[in-house]
Amino acid sequence: MVEIAVLLKQVPDTNAKIVVVGGRVDESAVTSWVTSPYDEYALEAALQHTEAAGGSITAITLGPARADKVLKDAAALGVTKLVRIWDDSWQDLDSKQVQSALANAVQAAGAELVYCGKQSADRNQGSTGPGVAELLGAGCVVEVSEFDAAGTTYLRPAASGSEKVTVAAPAVVTFTKTASDLRRPNVRGIMMAKRAQIDVVAGDVGSSTVNFNGHSSPAEKPPGKTYEGSGSVPEVVGLLRDEAKVL
Amino acid sequence: MDITIIAETQGNGLHAVTNQLVGAASSLGASPTVLCGGGVGADEAAGIAGVGKVLSVTGDCFSTFDGGAWAAAFDAAAGSGVIVGAATAQGRDVVARIAARRGIPVVQDVVSMSPGLNMTHPIYSGKAMQEVTVSGDCGVTLRANTFAPAGGGGSAETATVQQSGDVKIAVQEAIAKASERLDVADADIIISGGRGMGGPENFDKLYALADEMGGAVGASRAAVDAWDGIPHTMQVGQTGKTVNPSLYIAVGISGAIQHLAGMRTSKYIVAINKDPEAPIFKVADYGIVATWEEAMPVLAAEIAKIL
Ligand SMILES: Cc1cc2nc3c(=O)[nH]c(=O)nc-3n(C[C@H](O)[C@H](O)[C@H](O)COP(=O)(O)OP(=O)(O)OC[C@H]3O[C@@H](n4cnc5c(N)ncnc54)[C@H](O)[C@@H]3O)c2cc1C
Ligand SMILES: Nc1ncnc2c1ncn2[C@@H]1O[C@H](COP(=O)(O)O)[C@@H](O)[C@H]1O
Repeated sequence: MVEIAVLLKQVPDTNAKIVVVGGRVDESAVTSWVTSPYDEYALEAALQHTEAAGGSITAITLGPARADKVLKDAAALGVTKLVRIWDDSWQDLDSKQVQSALANAVQAAGAELVYCGKQSADRNQGSTGPGVAELLGAGCVVEVSEFDAAGTTYLRPAASGSEKVTVAAPAVVTFTKTASDLRRPNVRGIMMAKRAQIDVVAGDVGSSTVNFNGHSSPAEKPPGKTYEGSGSVPEVVGLLRDEAKVL
Repeated sequence: MDITIIAETQGNGLHAVTNQLVGAASSLGASPTVLCGGGVGADEAAGIAGVGKVLSVTGDCFSTFDGGAWAAAFDAAAGSGVIVGAATAQGRDVVARIAARRGIPVVQDVVSMSPGLNMTHPIYSGKAMQEVTVSGDCGVTLRANTFAPAGGGGSAETATVQQSGDVKIAVQEAIAKASERLDVADADIIISGGRGMGGPENFDKLYALADEMGGAVGASRAAVDAWDGIPHTMQVGQTGKTVNPSLYIAVGISGAIQHLAGMRTSKYIVAINKDPEAPIFKVADYGIVATWEEAMPVLAAEIAKIL
């Protein structure tokens, strides 16, 4: 039996255009919100792990009301314990605040294993898994790309190639892409999800020493040159040598 | 400002990014202390210009990677101030944990930094940038190949401290790389193939040219998903690797936004694609509208001429 907490973050669809208006990313322009892609791999691993070993999953998200959707989507796959952490006064939280809120929820769920993404598709930090592990006094295996369904070994990258490792409980595992794409819900699951109860909790995240000054668009590259046909290759190679100086 | 750098190692020495970390710290006016886990690269670190001091942190935990144990050992060895590491898988893990131990924030994947600790890092896979200012101590990881490296000629004093941490991870099996080829994450020249290559056998053309140029071969997700023999370790993009080489050559890759997320900060981008409307041409410095069948032989011959 294993109790797993899965951390699911809601992010704009990775195809979405991100526009900065008045020094901030305009979230109101995002029409499609999804579960952060790596978190889906974490969820699928947790589903397979509990199927093989028994036990249950708590899905935890930190986000505004719209983030209920990632929990409902997890509920449609059979996850019954759903927790959303939020306080309407929150806007930008720093790494420490996110980690402490999530670690508290993991503790409240009584989970001995935490599965999450290697990094979120919006903040791209890769801080949360290791940070939550530190707060829980847990080991943490990062960037796992293979697992066995019973969940005892994990494959992680290593300088020499990769390594199959085990980790003592309590533990946090962060997932990169694995061979197991997230399963799709069936009709019964979708019906169940409609009635699923979400436990909305407030968290005390303390103050922050990080000032979020705002967002900007990435520097635009000057437009490049396009050439027709393979006959232009010698000219391009010449430019790579003389203009770009990369050869 | 006191800065402690966690050296990034490679094999028995330092990874090139360590010099960039020192360069970035020096540009803030700091004379950083460099921590070398297991003592790896300590002599080399002492020779980097601008380094104030090198600490060899020796402890049993450094025989395999365990971010928690390493963070405990480094935390005990490091003074207060800003902890700087590389934004690699290991660097992010260790620095995030040191920050969490100390109850200070961490800012990862920073691409520019100025005194007063103003920092910028990409968000939404580079579709926007976040600017933050941190008052007080924090952890920071820096993206490779974005900060000017410090040179050699230094002669910092080196000391050894004995520190370890509780190891929670046990390696059951080490699996060697399928090939000895250079990894895209470490390469300064990358040639990537996409679905337009038609099949995995045609990647031989890319390998041949990469070998000639000392580069690595990457792939789009469509190629990785479709073909055996093109492993996910080669994938560049949002769910693959983020790369930052001097030269990125995209062959038969359309340039989907998730692919661009992994390579758009490359210094120079060349695209070979038969479709003039392919979005990859929007980010290419030099676009060649041609099939790879026509363009690759000419490219190989021209490059052979000048190398
Ligand atoms: C959540 C998510 C994450 C993703 N992550 C990634 C990622 O990490 N990396 C990634 O790459 N993709 C990723 N994708 C997939 C991405 O959206 C695209 O599907 C993928 O990048 C397309 O690969 P491609 O360019 O090789 O193939 P295609 O889009 O099929 O393009 C093939 C190109 O080859 C050209 N071509 C065809 N024949 C020739 C020829 N003979 N000579 C020259 N050119 C030719 C065509 O004109 C076309 O432009 C992700 C998608 C999602 C939803
Ligand atoms: N607000 C959040 N709610 C739920 N999970 C989160 C949240 N932020 C981060 N995580 C988890 O931590 C992982 C890494 O996030 P990050 O550190 O932001 O890159 C994500 O893939 C999620 O699994």
